[in-house]
Amino acid sequence: MYKARSNLLNTAAMHGALILYMIIALFPVFVILINSFKTRRAIFSEPLALPNAETFSWIGYETVAQQGDFFLYFQNSMIVTVGSLFFILLFGAMAAYALSEYRFRGNLLLGLYMALGIMIPIRIGTVAILEMMVATGLVNSLWALILVYTAQGLPLAVFILSEFMHQVSKDLKDAGRIDGLSEYTIFFRLVLPLVRPALATVAVFNMIPIWNDLWFPLILTPSEEVKTLTLGSQVFIGQYVTNWNAVLAALSMAILPVLILYIIFSRQLIRGITSGAVK
Amino acid sequence: MTKRRFPWHIVVFMAPAFLVYTAVMIFPLFNTLRLALFTEIEQTRVFVGLQNFQTLFFDPIWSEQFWNALANNFWFFIIHMLVQNPIGIALAAMLSHPRLRFAALYRSAIFIPTILSFVIVGFAWKLILSPIWGIAPSMLDAIGLKSLFAPWLGREGSALTTLSLISVWQFVGIPMMLIYASLISIPEEILEASEVDGITGMSAFWKIKLPLILPSIGIISILTFVGNFNAFDLIYVAQGALAGPDFSTDILGTFMYRTFFGFQLQLGDPHMGSAIAGAMFAIILVGVCIYLFGIQTRLRRYQF
Repeated sequence: MYKARSNLLNTAAMHGALILYMIIALFPVFVILINSFKTRRAIFSEPLALPNAETFSWIGYETVAQQGDFFLYFQNSMIVTVGSLFFILLFGAMAAYALSEYRFRGNLLLGLYMALGIMIPIRIGTVAILEMMVATGLVNSLWALILVYTAQGLPLAVFILSEFMHQVSKDLKDAGRIDGLSEYTIFFRLVLPLVRPALATVAVFNMIPIWNDLWFPLILTPSEEVKTLTLGSQVFIGQYVTNWNAVLAALSMAILPVLILYIIFSRQLIRGITSGAVK
Repeated sequence: MTKRRFPWHIVVFMAPAFLVYTAVMIFPLFNTLRLALFTEIEQTRVFVGLQNFQTLFFDPIWSEQFWNALANNFWFFIIHMLVQNPIGIALAAMLSHPRLRFAALYRSAIFIPTILSFVIVGFAWKLILSPIWGIAPSMLDAIGLKSLFAPWLGREGSALTTLSLISVWQFVGIPMMLIYASLISIPEEILEASEVDGITGMSAFWKIKLPLILPSIGIISILTFVGNFNAFDLIYVAQGALAGPDFSTDILGTFMYRTFFGFQLQLGDPHMGSAIAGAMFAIILVGVCIYLFGIQTRLRRYQF
């Protein structure tokens, strides 16, 4: 009897603590979103109230639509993120297959070499990266970002994917070889479809940091037509500091795509982290 | 029996990843370290050995900024270790409790700040803490603590701590998830065995679970370390490249950006920028080595 009651108290305390933290985590996002739909006066007089018929206004969004080229920024971010993910997955899976499937001289060394980049941030090499991009004429092109993010994502991708490739049954691949399939067909037709869950995990891990990065767009692609959404909203908000409606609307528009992506992929992301892919 | 052909397919599989990684990551990394040994005199590159580092560490104009940024960076890291990781562990411990309802909802909601960009996080908190808007003071007023409010981001004494806490707010989801993952992988039998021995509740956490998740705590510590000494975005968004007020929030990332790119009237200097990158590289390398050789090898790992 006593034990049951203390359990109940414990559970209630845990729910209380978790709800409190959940409010702390969501409160700023909530405040930004609701105020982006209000008139300037309402933003200041009652910042915590929901917009109602009297205080509702699109003015912030109208300013953003007129002044900022958010559609272009969004498109650039999409191209960079999807392009980088494609190359990370394709090149990463190919290298992981070479390292996990074949025994050759230097295999271990090559694996260690690829793993170096897991711990060392690519930003350290920024000065030389910029110099190289200027020399090759890639500066202010989306390719510069795609190349950098691909290089940044590859080490962990190779590491995670080769763990999974080890688990693909040897018999299946040998059966393919006996049937006369080439090594390329075995990889693309047999192995790749089997490691699809691992590919999805790697994709979800890489997606958010690439989408949100500010450093490399700031340095490699600052010109207007190649700005990413993150950099574009940073510059826009910096210019409109005093126009609260526009700032709040721009922030909300930056939050929305990530939030939608997260709602779609959160199961995959959480399963990826908790399945021990990063241990 | 024909002679074995050269295994071209291995080369084909390996080459793209190897080439991109080498050309865009490893080569620039070493090239940056090499550039740190040069300087520019009358538009030609001159080799000067370690002189840039000597300037960085000892020349009063540079060294004052460098040591300031380094000290701030350590404070930034300490706050993360003392606040972010314990909160993350506590949240994970509660979430991993069996039979807790709504656990998936809490988990997804608490992770949301982690997916937002620094631009959103920096500006959102700047607005909330702004004395002009007055959300923070009016909320403190509601619980009778209005006198505690100050423009935290604008004061030299509190700006860095405030930014560190904002960053903690953003990233608490990562230690939470990683610790959660290792907590739920502890086999039920171990917990049942300890329960039979009378160890339950809090003492089960301290005596059974915590020792078992020490390797994961080691991993989140080194991830925090590398992430913090490589940080830039949040400070840049909230305080600008000058990391104000009066450089009180300057960390190595913002210092490197300013040096390398220039700001206001000062011209950018890629060679001094490289020297700062070299110092960051050394710090991260030392941290990673301490972890790999000093901590990881001593932690006992349990195989279930």
